[in-house]
Amino acid sequence: MWTVVACLVPSLLFSVFLFGLRTLIITAVSVASCMAVEALTQKALGRKVTVSDGSAAVTGMLLAFVIPPGVHYLLPVLGAVMAIYIGKHLLGGIGYNIFNPALLARAFLVATFPVAMTSAWLPPLDHLAIFSYLGTTVDAVSTATPLAVLKNQGMAAFTEQFGALSNVYTNFFLGWRPGSIGETSGLLIVLGGLYLLYRGYITWHIPVSVLGSIALLTWLFGGEGLFHGDPLLAVLSGGALLGAFFMANDYVTCPTNRTSQLIYGCGIGALTVLIRLKGGYPEGICYAILLMNPVSPVLDNWFKPVRFAPPQGGAQ
Amino acid sequence: MAPLLTFPKGGVHPPEAKELTAALAIETMPVPDEVELILGQHIGAPCTPTVAVKEEVREGQVIGTVTKGLGVPLHAPVSGTVTAIGMSAHPLRVSAPSITIRTNREAAPVRYAATDWQKFSREELLKKVQEAGIIGIGGAGFPSHVKLSPPPNNPVDTLILNGAECEPYITADHRQMLEKSAEIVEGARIILKILGITSCHIGIENNKPDAIAAMSQAAAAASTPSARIAVRPLRVKYPQGSEKQLIQSITGRKVPGFALPSAVGVVVHNVSTARAIREAVVLGKPLYEKVMTLSGKGIARPANLLVKVGTRVSDIVEYLGGVTPQLAKIVMGGPMMGFAVSTLDIPVTKTTSSVLFLAEDEIDASPHSQCIRCGWCLDACPMGLEPKEIAIHVEAGRAEETGRFGVFECFECGCCAFVCPAKRPLVQFVRLAKMKAKR
Repeated sequence: MWTVVACLVPSLLFSVFLFGLRTLIITAVSVASCMAVEALTQKALGRKVTVSDGSAAVTGMLLAFVIPPGVHYLLPVLGAVMAIYIGKHLLGGIGYNIFNPALLARAFLVATFPVAMTSAWLPPLDHLAIFSYLGTTVDAVSTATPLAVLKNQGMAAFTEQFGALSNVYTNFFLGWRPGSIGETSGLLIVLGGLYLLYRGYITWHIPVSVLGSIALLTWLFGGEGLFHGDPLLAVLSGGALLGAFFMANDYVTCPTNRTSQLIYGCGIGALTVLIRLKGGYPEGICYAILLMNPVSPVLDNWFKPVRFAPPQGGAQ
Repeated sequence: MAPLLTFPKGGVHPPEAKELTAALAIETMPVPDEVELILGQHIGAPCTPTVAVKEEVREGQVIGTVTKGLGVPLHAPVSGTVTAIGMSAHPLRVSAPSITIRTNREAAPVRYAATDWQKFSREELLKKVQEAGIIGIGGAGFPSHVKLSPPPNNPVDTLILNGAECEPYITADHRQMLEKSAEIVEGARIILKILGITSCHIGIENNKPDAIAAMSQAAAAASTPSARIAVRPLRVKYPQGSEKQLIQSITGRKVPGFALPSAVGVVVHNVSTARAIREAVVLGKPLYEKVMTLSGKGIARPANLLVKVGTRVSDIVEYLGGVTPQLAKIVMGGPMMGFAVSTLDIPVTKTTSSVLFLAEDEIDASPHSQCIRCGWCLDACPMGLEPKEIAIHVEAGRAEETGRFGVFECFECGCCAFVCPAKRPLVQFVRLAKMKAKR
C-alpha cells in the first residue's frame, strides 16, 4: 500500500508546482483525516487498528486527487468521514467494502457541495508562484475544466481557451491544465501506473480495457456523426488516466478473474463515455467506477478460473 | 538444449535454499539406541504388530502386517528387543500406535547379497515389492505394489520417475540421483518390467544440472529397446514435482480430478522409491532406511543423512551437534507443504524426506489480515481453484459450500499462501474446509 502512495507522490508534487502549496495542504488534511477516521472507527467498532497498513493513506491521497484544488481546506475532512467510516468500515472493512471509498466520498461531496466541487478549479500558475491561492476562499480566480468547456460551450470555446489541438495533447499529457489536484499530469500518472505494473501489483487488464473502451467509444460517438470523436483528448482529459490506473483496479472493489476484469473495464469505459456525452456531468469516470463496483462479485461468480482437469462426470 | 518442460497454469518461485546441503554427500547416521516404528506408515489401514514386548527381533524381520485393505508389512530396522507397543508422537495425528525396539549392539550385522532380478517373473517382482514394505517415499505413502498393478481397463504406457524435488531446502533425492544414479535406473528397469511397458521419463528440475548429467549418463548406459529411459529437464517452478503437474509437463496429459495417473496411462514413482524397489528386488532388502535432508539455519550442522526408519528427531539433532540459538520453527517436510512440530520426540517414518530447523529470518510469522481480493492466489494456483473464496467461506462458517470451488482437488501445495499479501494461512483454511465439508 505504501508503494501506491509513493507512486502518487510525483503527481502530488506536480500539483503543488501547478496550483501552489494549497494542494499539498488539502492532500495532507485528507490523508491525516482518513487515517484518523480509520483509527477512531476501528477503536469504536472494537476492531484491530490497522492504520499502519497504508490503506487509509492511499484512500486519503486518492480522495484529495479527485477534488478541485480551490475547495475549502476542511472539505476533505468530511470526505474522509464518508470514505473511511461509511464507505469502508460500515460496509464491512478492508476486503469487504463494495464501493471504492475515495470515489464514494467524491460522489458524496459532489452531491453535498455541488458548487465547490464543480467550480473551484484553478488556472495553472506561472513562474512557480506556489504561495498563491493560499486563502480559504479562492473563488475569484475560478476557471472551468476542459471537459466542462467542451461540453457546455463547444469546440470553438475550447480551442480559444486551451489552444490548438496539437498543443492541447502535449499540455494535457504533461499536465498544464486546470483540473482536480492529482488528475492533471497524464505523464506522471502513467509512470506511476507503469511502476505498479512492473512490480506486479496490478495487471494490464483493467487500465487497458478502461482506456481502450473510452477511446474507442469516444471515437465512434463523440463527434459530429460517427467516427469523428477525439479518442486522444478523451483519454487525456478528465480523470480517465487516474481512474484507469489507480481507482478502477482497487483490489477490494474490482473483480479478481482476468476475464471479469476485462468486462468490468469495458463497462467502466462505456459508462464513462455515456455520462460524458449524454449525462449531466462533463466527467463520468467516478460514477462509472462506482456503478461497476457492485458488479464485480457478480462477474467473478460468472467467470471462473480454468480448472486443471475437473473430475469426470462432474461428481464430487 | 531442448526447451525445459513445465506446466502452464500457476506455480511460484520460492527461494530455493538448497545450497545449505546440495554439496553434502549422503552420510550414514550411527544406529540409535532406540527406534520407534509408527504402525501406520502408509495410506490405508495401519499394521497389526506380529511381535510381543520383550521379544527379540532381527534387522529386516517383519514386525507388523496388514490384515485387511491395501498396505504393506513393517520391518525391524535394527536387531534388538521390543520394549514397548504403545503410542508415539506423530506430526499430523498428534500420537499414533507404535512399536519401540531397543538396539542390541552385539547382534551380528545383516548382509544382503545381490541376485539377478531378470530371472523373476512379473508376479514374483510385484510380491517382492509388497513384502519389502515399499511405499511412495516421496511423501504420499501410497503402497507401491498397488500403483504397479494398474486396473486392467486403464492400460499404462509411460513410467515417470519424479526427481523434480521442487520443495525448497530438500536435497535428499538430488544426492541420491548423483550418488546412486545406476541404482535408480536399475529400479526404473524393474518397474518397466513389472508394468510390461518400455518407456520411462525421469523428470528433474533444471536447478540440479549435476544430477541431470549423472542420471542421463546412467540412463544412456542402461537403456535398451525394451527399456527406453530418458531424462527430461524441467523448468524450476514450484510445484513441478506434484504428480499431476509433472505428468502434464512431460506428457501433456491431464489427470482428471479424483482419478489416478493410470487413467491417462501413466505411473509415477519417486526416484528414491525406484531405488528402494531395486534394493527390495536385487538385494531382498526391506525398506527400513531412509535418506533425508536436515537443513535450515537452526541446526548446527545441516546434512543429508541415511537414517533408520524409526529414528527419533531428537537423536538426529544430537548427532548433528544440536540446534542453534536462531532456531524459531521446526518443520517436518518441506517449507511449502510440511508441518510444524512441537516436539523432537517424533520418529522418522518411511515418508519423512526432511526436517527443517528454520531461523526467524527463514519464516514469516506475522499475523494475517482480511482478504483484500487481490486475486494473486488465483494466478498462483496450479489447479485453477479459488483459494480466496474457500478461505472466505470458511471464515463465514460456510465451509460445506466450498466444494464448488474445487476444495477437494486442492493438494495443498501452498502456492496461494506463499503469494498472499495478507499472509493468510490459506492451506489451513482449505484443510478446515475439507474436514467440515466431508461431514
